[in-house]
Amino acid sequence: MTDMMLKVEDLHARYGAVEVLRGLDFEVPDGNVVVILGANGAGKTTTLRALCNMCTTTGTVTMEGDDISRAKTADIVRRGVAHVPQGRGTFPELSVMDNLKIGAYTRKDNEVGADVDRWFEIFPRLEERRDQLAGSLSGGEQQMLAVARALMCRPRLLLLDEPSLGLAPLIIEDLFERFAQLNKETGLTMLLVEQNANLALDMADYGYVIESGEIALHGPADQLKNDPAVQEAYLGA
Amino acid sequence: MNWNWEILPDFIFNGLRDGAVYAAAALALVLIFKATTLINFATGELAMLGAFFVYVLNVEQGLWLWLSIAIAMLISAAIGAAVERTLVRPFDPADHLPVVLITLGLFLIINAVAGDVWNYQVRRVNDPFGHFPSWVPNGSELKTSSEGNIACLENADGDLAEVAAGTAGAEMCEMVGRTFFEVIGARLHYRTIGIWIALALALIALALILGKTKAGLAFRAVSSNTESARLVGVNTGRTLGFGWALASVFGTLSAALVAPALGGVNPNMMLTILIYALAGAALGGLDSLGGAVIGGLVVGLIKSVLVSWFGVVVLGQAYFSILQLAMAFLLILIVLLFRPAGLFGTRRIERV
Repeated sequence: MTDMMLKVEDLHARYGAVEVLRGLDFEVPDGNVVVILGANGAGKTTTLRALCNMCTTTGTVTMEGDDISRAKTADIVRRGVAHVPQGRGTFPELSVMDNLKIGAYTRKDNEVGADVDRWFEIFPRLEERRDQLAGSLSGGEQQMLAVARALMCRPRLLLLDEPSLGLAPLIIEDLFERFAQLNKETGLTMLLVEQNANLALDMADYGYVIESGEIALHGPADQLKNDPAVQEAYLGA
Repeated sequence: MNWNWEILPDFIFNGLRDGAVYAAAALALVLIFKATTLINFATGELAMLGAFFVYVLNVEQGLWLWLSIAIAMLISAAIGAAVERTLVRPFDPADHLPVVLITLGLFLIINAVAGDVWNYQVRRVNDPFGHFPSWVPNGSELKTSSEGNIACLENADGDLAEVAAGTAGAEMCEMVGRTFFEVIGARLHYRTIGIWIALALALIALALILGKTKAGLAFRAVSSNTESARLVGVNTGRTLGFGWALASVFGTLSAALVAPALGGVNPNMMLTILIYALAGAALGGLDSLGGAVIGGLVVGLIKSVLVSWFGVVVLGQAYFSILQLAMAFLLILIVLLFRPAGLFGTRRIERV
């Protein structure tokens, strides 16, 4: 059995009186891509927010054997969790360069410049626009910037919240190819939340389907892809 | 209509001098608004406190004036950060009303405490850019006759008392004359230039802090997108405290610069200045630092050129001078009605 990057047990989360997550259990093995599928309002975004302690939660979240369910967001980031929030989550009033620099905020080494060059190589569009404000980029470029920004903290676990949202199909395909490439080349573990089940399941090793804050179904990605219930609900078959 | 063009440059210089003070105070408002979308009504009183620190250190303790201003800025920064930590941070940032009420309460408390400690009379301070003799009493001003041979003291009520005539008077007139030089027929005072240079240096320092330091980058990130800033590991609370500290430094700068022109420090010294600063910040766009500077300068110009020169001199209506504050409110109203984001502010577009 592979090592567990993340192990989540009985995760509950609420906004005020509304309970959004009602006892989730799932695992993200080291080096894997795990996808969480679900309709709007199922609790996908909340799941990722709960992992970073951005909302009120109960339950246990273990990262590489350590309990992080009570840790502060900044400390979770320092452990190597990078979160690309929904709707890109760039800093619109900051330049592309500053967006990348703030991504490395928790780092104390002096290789930040080298990492910027590395991501510029992978996302050349960003280098062309390094001094432009992030808010002036196109949707696809902003999503690339959000991902590059997240990678700047040298994460071991990348949380991606609907990266395909609002992007043109060709750009989505390109983006997912890069995710797969990243996972293959660097062994970066990813937990991906998506509505675009086809692409997500192609890339993922394992998948969970959540409905109304509970896990309805889970299994290896290829198995989920052939599951009639998943096909009907998410693959438009 | 008396188009007295010859004295217009004087009014422009005065307007830009007062405008520089409003700009510094507007920056104090905008630095806090940028990070928290909150108007800190205690900005003026925190600044007044800073001016009193300068007074205590320089006049009472005899420290060098510029060192006193620097120390006062540091103390103000600490107070600003402490206010954020104790009175602002415990409250939900999305709910503005409690925090706005807190800043209003703070405004009243600081004013009352300062009034209790130093009472409400004007206390003379030294002018960092002036050469006025130290024997000139509180609230009075040294005036010279147009012939350049009689020097008079003018007290707060406008009464004149001759202090020197003949040769001694001429010497004194020359000394007062050296506090300005003439540009296009107008008096450009060293004090005015000094205020501009002080503001320019402070702006350069601010640009360096925000542009080149990690804390500055974190501040801009929190201002731009608080949630994402948390997700990259920025301690948002500490960063907002840093913003409050910076804002307090600019408030103290504005109060220290304006105090000599007001005849000294007193607990109510920043009341009207805060209104003009607010008008400047609204005009520039409440979340734009450059806008605050330009807005402050424009408000100074409007007050001096439109109200004092056009209203009082050209139209000959003395009552215009009492409409200066109303003008500031009118400006805020017009900006909010026709261009809520101000001249340079961000027009927030809600994400779907």
